[in-house]
Amino acid sequence: MKGSDVAVSSVSKSFGAFAALKDVSLEIQKGEFFSLLGPSGCGKTTLLRVIAGFEDPDAGSVKIDGAEVTGLSPDKRHCNTVFQSYALFPHLTVFENVAFPLRIKKTPARLVKELVFKHLSLVQLEAHANKKPSQLSGGQKQRVAIARALINEPSVLLLDEPLSALDAKLRQHMLMELDAIHDKVGITFIYVTHDQQEALSVSDRIAVMNAGLVLQVGSPQQIYENPASEFVARFIGETNIFQGPVLSRHGTLTTLEAEGCGTILVDDETIANVGDRITATIRPEKIRISNEIPAADNINIVRGIVEEPVYSGFQTKYIVRTEGGARLTIFRQHAAWSEGIPDIEWKDKVYLSFSARDLVIVERDKG
Amino acid sequence: MKKNYGTAYAAPQALWLTVFFAAPLLIIIAYSFLKKGLYGGVELEFSLRAYTDMANPTLLRVALKTLWVSLAATVATILIALPCGYSVARSQNQAIRLFLVIVPFWTNFLVRIYAWIAILGNEGFLNQALRFLGFRPEGYQFLYNQGAVILVLVYMYLPYAILPLFSTIDKFDFTLLEAARDLGASRMQSYIKVMLPNIRGGVVTAVLFTFIPIFGAYAVPLLIGGKDSYMLGNVIADQVTKTRNWPLAAAISMTVTLITAIAVFLFALKKPKEHLEVADVDPASIGHDLLVSKVRVKTMHKKGGER
Ligand SMILES: Nc1ncnc2c1ncn2[C@@H]1O[C@H](COP(=O)(O)OP(=O)(O)O)[C@@H](O)[C@H]1O
Ligand SMILES: [Mg+2]
Repeated sequence: MKGSDVAVSSVSKSFGAFAALKDVSLEIQKGEFFSLLGPSGCGKTTLLRVIAGFEDPDAGSVKIDGAEVTGLSPDKRHCNTVFQSYALFPHLTVFENVAFPLRIKKTPARLVKELVFKHLSLVQLEAHANKKPSQLSGGQKQRVAIARALINEPSVLLLDEPLSALDAKLRQHMLMELDAIHDKVGITFIYVTHDQQEALSVSDRIAVMNAGLVLQVGSPQQIYENPASEFVARFIGETNIFQGPVLSRHGTLTTLEAEGCGTILVDDETIANVGDRITATIRPEKIRISNEIPAADNINIVRGIVEEPVYSGFQTKYIVRTEGGARLTIFRQHAAWSEGIPDIEWKDKVYLSFSARDLVIVERDKG
Repeated sequence: MKKNYGTAYAAPQALWLTVFFAAPLLIIIAYSFLKKGLYGGVELEFSLRAYTDMANPTLLRVALKTLWVSLAATVATILIALPCGYSVARSQNQAIRLFLVIVPFWTNFLVRIYAWIAILGNEGFLNQALRFLGFRPEGYQFLYNQGAVILVLVYMYLPYAILPLFSTIDKFDFTLLEAARDLGASRMQSYIKVMLPNIRGGVVTAVLFTFIPIFGAYAVPLLIGGKDSYMLGNVIADQVTKTRNWPLAAAISMTVTLITAIAVFLFALKKPKEHLEVADVDPASIGHDLLVSKVRVKTMHKKGGER
């Protein structure tokens, strides 16, 4: 069953002089939960519409199930879309909305009934079959849209920010339900979102986009732990950035003179040469914060003053101003083991310590 | 308690309708039950003669033809107006296209009919162009037949159909068309199965706005049609100006008005509720428009007719 299910090759699309997609290529595996993640306006919807057949690319091609579909109209493609606005037909009942694709195919009435109820039960809406869309809540409309998009048994389901119109709590719930539906039907999901939490929690792989470009494709862990660029690092979660020239290098160990933080030791695959200007990043939860000087070798230590502690129950976020004037963010989890540590408060002098291996080089400019 | 000014605001309209709509209508009703005067007008004596006179085969034939022509012209108008309204609604510069739809209203109705005569006449633009292209030198007879009447009627009432269709299509969510295509519908299927049911209100309004005035057409069949193109409006006018049987003219007007009003009422009642919202049209005003247009025909005939 393995193999590429959707292949986007060198797709470009412009609206007038504005390039919405610039030479985008993606390979999406069969059965994958694949997310397109990026800020608003970066071209996610446009890419989805190119795959669905609503937009013709200016250049490049799209393959679904190994078959070339570039130029085919949407009704000829084996994929279906869950629209951001749901796009339920207001004049039809829930039942008839879901039955619509079958009516087009002139499926016999008995089979229609069976298939529609099968899909309504998948989204737990059997009881609402005779209601009109206007009588449903946002979450229910969402489910109808999903059932309707699945009834043709497409090989790919395209979802364009399907949860954006729901309130935060319902969004979490629907997300888990979507994940469960994905497991049940086993087809490829291409999920568009601008919410990194959503993408991280359900995706098999994520493509991070910005300004019409795909910046990085990888598993949630890869994207989070090993961002390929400063943009990706900043867009996914919070992060700390160190910038400056390389002082020395031994193997994978690079020493960098970071602005406001002094020398920082980085252990990363990316090779930088002496004199290059590099940008390295580390996640806030990977930095240890303490009142006393930490005793460990091969570790970076930066001194600073707590500028702002932000308590939020399960953790505290500290914003620390270093002696050199840089600002770093640290998360400290309130786990049982940390109870003995003396409390760190506003204006306290602190030591920040972190391992060279937890740093990632994201940018490198030849010096 | 908040004071309700509704009645006060409605008063001028009520007065207007009473004077210019209800009163003429009552006069027509009254005339239809009076005895015919010798040289036109009426005598103050009750008579049902006008209604018994209506039952003659000639009148029935004209009535059926009027119905047929009106239906044909209405269907053609709607079929042309649908894509027009759609293209205006989806256009980037709606204002310019709307303006183009409305422009003809700036020219008098009769002037536009004569413009068509100038186009279709034996020495008209069309024949000259065809002659230039080497077709029959003696030209073709485009005018004075049923087809010409329908053509010009469609032209005249197209804007009345385009405007209500545009306003409902403009409110239509075009994503629904994409959803339909996505779910396997062809382009045509998406229009018929998804767009049409959702713009039903606009279609109903457009049908009423074209069918009703066309049913009462007078000037177009008179000037564009031949002797066999006579419609009910022409018969009524003849009864007033030539045969001088005013009670009969009134009786025909009343009957037509009544039948159309009932039809419209049933039509409006049949509309499902949610489509009424989309339509933005008050069924009462449709009926009212019908009556007004009838009365207008009637009063214009008295003045010698400018329609
Ligand atoms: N039909 C269109 N005409 C002109 N510009 C468009 C059109 N569709 C999208 N765009 C532009 O392309 C860019 C990307 O849009 P979109 O793909 O919708 O972004 P996203 O879904 O990531 O928010 C936006 O700047 C948008 O304004
Ligand atoms: Mg979008």
